[in-house]
Amino acid sequence: MEVTRTKLAEGVYLTFHPAQKFKTSLLSAQLVTPLRWETASACALLPSLLRRGTVSCPDLGALSARLDGLYGARIDCTVRKKGENQCVGFVASLIDDSYAPGGERLLEPVAALLGELVCDPVTERGRFVPAYFDSEKANLIDAIRSILNDKREYADGRLLREMCAGEAYGIPRLGDGKSAERIQPQKLYAMYRKLIGSARLELFYSGSAGRERVEQALRAAFSALPREDVQGIAPAAAHSARESVHTVTEALDVTQGKLGMGFACGSGDHTALLVGNTLFGGSSNSKLFLNVREKLSLCYYASSVYHRQKGIITVSSGIEFENYQRAYDEICAQLEAVQLGRLDGWELDGARSTLLNAYASMGDSQGKLENFFLGQAATGNHETPEDLAAAVREVAPERIFAAMKTVSLDTVYFLRGKEMAE
Amino acid sequence: MKQTFYKRIGESVYRETLPNGLQICVVPKPGYAKRYAFFATRYGGMDIRFQLDGKWLDTPAGIAHYLEHKMFDTKEGNALQELAKNGAEPNAFTSNAMTGYYFSSTEHFEDNLEILLSFVSIPYFTQESVAKEQGIIGQEIRMIEDDPDWQLYARMTRALYSRSTARIPIAGTVESISHITAETLYDCHKAFYTPSNMILTVVGDVDPIHIADIARRILPREGGPEIPRDYGEEPEAVFQKKTSLAMEVSVPQFLTAFKCRPPRNGEDYLRTSLLGGMACDILLGDSSPLYLRLYGEGLINSSFGGDFEQLPGAAMLYAGGDCKDAGKVASEIQAEARRLAEGGIGEDFYQQVRRAAFGSSLRGLNSFENIAVSLTEGYFHGYDPLRFPQVFETITKDDIASFLRENIAEENAVLSEIVPK
Repeated sequence: MEVTRTKLAEGVYLTFHPAQKFKTSLLSAQLVTPLRWETASACALLPSLLRRGTVSCPDLGALSARLDGLYGARIDCTVRKKGENQCVGFVASLIDDSYAPGGERLLEPVAALLGELVCDPVTERGRFVPAYFDSEKANLIDAIRSILNDKREYADGRLLREMCAGEAYGIPRLGDGKSAERIQPQKLYAMYRKLIGSARLELFYSGSAGRERVEQALRAAFSALPREDVQGIAPAAAHSARESVHTVTEALDVTQGKLGMGFACGSGDHTALLVGNTLFGGSSNSKLFLNVREKLSLCYYASSVYHRQKGIITVSSGIEFENYQRAYDEICAQLEAVQLGRLDGWELDGARSTLLNAYASMGDSQGKLENFFLGQAATGNHETPEDLAAAVREVAPERIFAAMKTVSLDTVYFLRGKEMAE
Repeated sequence: MKQTFYKRIGESVYRETLPNGLQICVVPKPGYAKRYAFFATRYGGMDIRFQLDGKWLDTPAGIAHYLEHKMFDTKEGNALQELAKNGAEPNAFTSNAMTGYYFSSTEHFEDNLEILLSFVSIPYFTQESVAKEQGIIGQEIRMIEDDPDWQLYARMTRALYSRSTARIPIAGTVESISHITAETLYDCHKAFYTPSNMILTVVGDVDPIHIADIARRILPREGGPEIPRDYGEEPEAVFQKKTSLAMEVSVPQFLTAFKCRPPRNGEDYLRTSLLGGMACDILLGDSSPLYLRLYGEGLINSSFGGDFEQLPGAAMLYAGGDCKDAGKVASEIQAEARRLAEGGIGEDFYQQVRRAAFGSSLRGLNSFENIAVSLTEGYFHGYDPLRFPQVFETITKDDIASFLRENIAEENAVLSEIVPK
């Protein structure tokens, strides 16, 4: 995969992925800023507010007409957490020029619209249009509230918040409802100006156009981007393990319980932990899946994620309330099995191939590539999927078990039904 | 194998029907590392009453989905593990009218394909393994029952249909699945997992001839008889106008749906699907006048959206999202449909939606999963989904207006709501 990265201007970088095989091109523009409670909700509000109108397309109708005319090009708002940074911006997907029935060039107009969305919002008396501000603020508050509607997402978020209380990593990507309520139009506009002046801008392109053409289109599109005091990228500090396990229980009116468990990793051997986590709960053939779900029928799902930037592993599972202790014990027992290297012959090969397959097929998805390279850029990492695959191929079993032995239980979050509450 | 080249979208498909009746489609994708196989049977959540060996059988709701779970069991252990050893990502799903088993892998593709064809065609379960699955699927059902989106949709189909099995939840209920035995599972496998009721689709950089050879070698030589199915005699009228449920949610949500005329098989199925989709975009899509107005008034937010869906003997157009005044939005949708049907579709807007719909269909060809599922649905309903550019050209503004006039009316409408407790 010949991905290249170039600096287009002060704090503006383009990651370029040439590919002929897709029907579409993908173009992304992301502002990268440190995640903080004070600003998280306000930053999260910006993409959807900017997406309401630009000076040349001042309302949703005008924007939609312009996009539909470009064969249904899509520009989606994104708000993502990468390490302890928040990435806000837009991802555009447009059909490749070669499939435009009229032979039109689509890259330039879509790039130009992206640039307008970031740099040139429609304003009234030096601030965002009040009606747009009000409705997007209300939408953001609803979006934060509606996380509760998806109990798995809610429980996963609550676990991280408890585990990393006091650390930026515990902040949800949309911030919280209270700070969203407090966002003021005047202050938001000032913050927006500061953000586009000082935040790193990460651009990404995947498609059939040549690099010069892409660079030219993007330079033109973002020529109005102010560049003042451009900030660097803040790397995340590793989570340090608690001395005793922090346990939180919450009761809601649900029929299925959710058990979340957070583990601190003492080791910094990322590759070993990544493979170790895949053995533990990172695939549909992991110990958690095969034992907690398949063998003991304790739950419908049980899986784990290794958060490389933060050095933690989190387990997410859906269980019957009364199976709490059995599921808890079994999850701990399965971790121990990985730590002691109690594996069937195929398990390590399986885990390795799962990861290698994921890295090898990443180049087949423009969306996955964009997300991967943004994550790398926003956390100051430079490995390609091939580099990571090579590391996974090389890591010896002893290194994996040794790294997993440094993994210790830190926080437990249990969501149970109300009828169980005292 | 017969090759068809689709010039306007730059795709080729190789097709062959084996003597046992199995349909094979191979879509070459040079330059991709990933290869994807999708093996599906025309058997889903709606197929609970059917005729086998001359007798009508009534099977428990959720049995197709249950069978899907149990098919991964093999005499040697579990096919998931076999595939995982080779780095494949296997999975399966059951929809209303099909069950599909699939994997993607970058290495050992042919070994994996053999495993896939073999475990799906050879059932192996015991009374004990069937009983154990009750726990896992019971948890899955409880999980989806806590999901407001699922509740909205399930309750919507129950309001729309009184007899059609479209109203049956695909996974069944904890109660209905308790009646499933190894014997009924074997019966269902025997009826529906015959090569003549199935299709294998492979997408990726592969040799089509070789794929067909593997299928010939692994699968049974004989096909099976056509299985008559009973989806229920559905009256024209909706079953229930409104249904409401209180759940632990923060924001009220709704879906409003219109019972539409059921589809016919053949290219008309594809045409109606594209037409219904465009009608939905024109009526309430992101760039429609109605969407823009309601969004501006704060009645809806970006969670709002709609779709047109066709099932055996049933079709519906539905829309919804988070909303504090569902009744108002539902009646606005009907009023807008009347306005559009009476000549209110602007020419520019129509052309704009048409371009966008074409772009969206083309974008779908980036996804191997989507290509395979489309080809499968097309095969089951007798059309070729890759002819979409040609079929789009047969759709006129008047067709959209008639579609809206016939289907989007008060007497066809239902409302499903979830409100906070």
